Amino acid sequence: MEISINTWIILAGGLATYLTRIGGHLVLSRFSSIHPRVEAALNAVPAAVLTTLVAPAAVFSGPAEAATVIVAALAALYLPGMAVFAIGWAAILAFRALIG
Amino acid sequence: MNPRREMIDGVLSATPAMIAAAPFGLLFGALAIDNGMSVFEVALMSATIFAGASQMVGIDLFGDRIAPWLIVLSIFAVNFRHVLYSAVIGRHTRSWAAWQRFVGFFFLIDPQFAEAEKRAESGKPLSFIWFVSGGLTFYVTWLFEGWLGAVFGSLVKNPADYGIDFLLTVYFLVLVMGFRKRSNWLPVVIVSAVVSVGAYMLVGSPWHVSIGAIAGVAVAAAIGGRPKIMVE
Repeated sequence: MEISINTWIILAGGLATYLTRIGGHLVLSRFSSIHPRVEAALNAVPAAVLTTLVAPAAVFSGPAEAATVIVAALAALYLPGMAVFAIGWAAILAFRALIG
Repeated sequence: MNPRREMIDGVLSATPAMIAAAPFGLLFGALAIDNGMSVFEVALMSATIFAGASQMVGIDLFGDRIAPWLIVLSIFAVNFRHVLYSAVIGRHTRSWAAWQRFVGFFFLIDPQFAEAEKRAESGKPLSFIWFVSGGLTFYVTWLFEGWLGAVFGSLVKNPADYGIDFLLTVYFLVLVMGFRKRSNWLPVVIVSAVVSVGAYMLVGSPWHVSIGAIAGVAVAAAIGGRPKIMVE
């Protein structure tokens, strides 16, 4: 069976992706101690990256999406994750029906 | 440590993300077929790359007769944030054998990373069994969804009608809020949000993710690590 160029691109893309997932650890594990500023930077990674996945969607999608993000963020101050998830789902449906 | 308990916890931790990502798995399969890919290529892509956003970028470029190395580079660029995930999670895996890291880190996608950080933060051990149980749960369903979308693409004509196109954003928002007790959280979130929105307008997607994330992380490095006070 001949292997198509698409297949090679996919395999190379898979390898490149795997390298990003193992690479950060391999580089960091070469250092025996971690500077406090690096430590602070690493602790900020979840909030920093995940925020960039939310912010443009909240700003550029429309009023219903922006309102949903505000409601869900407020709910998250008081309720556990799964409840907020359900509220967010209900909110996007309600806001889209009401304000488009 | 009870391996059975760890396994169940791992599977449960992947469940919300599984629901939130399902429409995107289906959409990926459907769009890939629309772009002229075969069902085999769809499955291979989900199985080897295993990263939603970069798979979307990939199929977008396949259609345009772009140089293969450029497509691979684009996939690498979209997934570059995983380098940071890897460095962060690596600190919690000291008890793992080397082979367990090489296997486990394959599953280090956005939700897996966030759930692992949450678990480590809650003081529970980040065991290999927990990590791989969650990762595999997501992996198998992701593969299945891509295949389903490829074969029955017409099932997902209009995901916006059910609000499911916005679930992933809600899920990521829940995760962001979940980390709010961490030091520097508010300045990091504000800067990442503002910079990613600006980069989205000026540079475009998917670069806004890396640019916004680096800005937020830089703020944390500049402020530095105050000793974390654990008061509830």
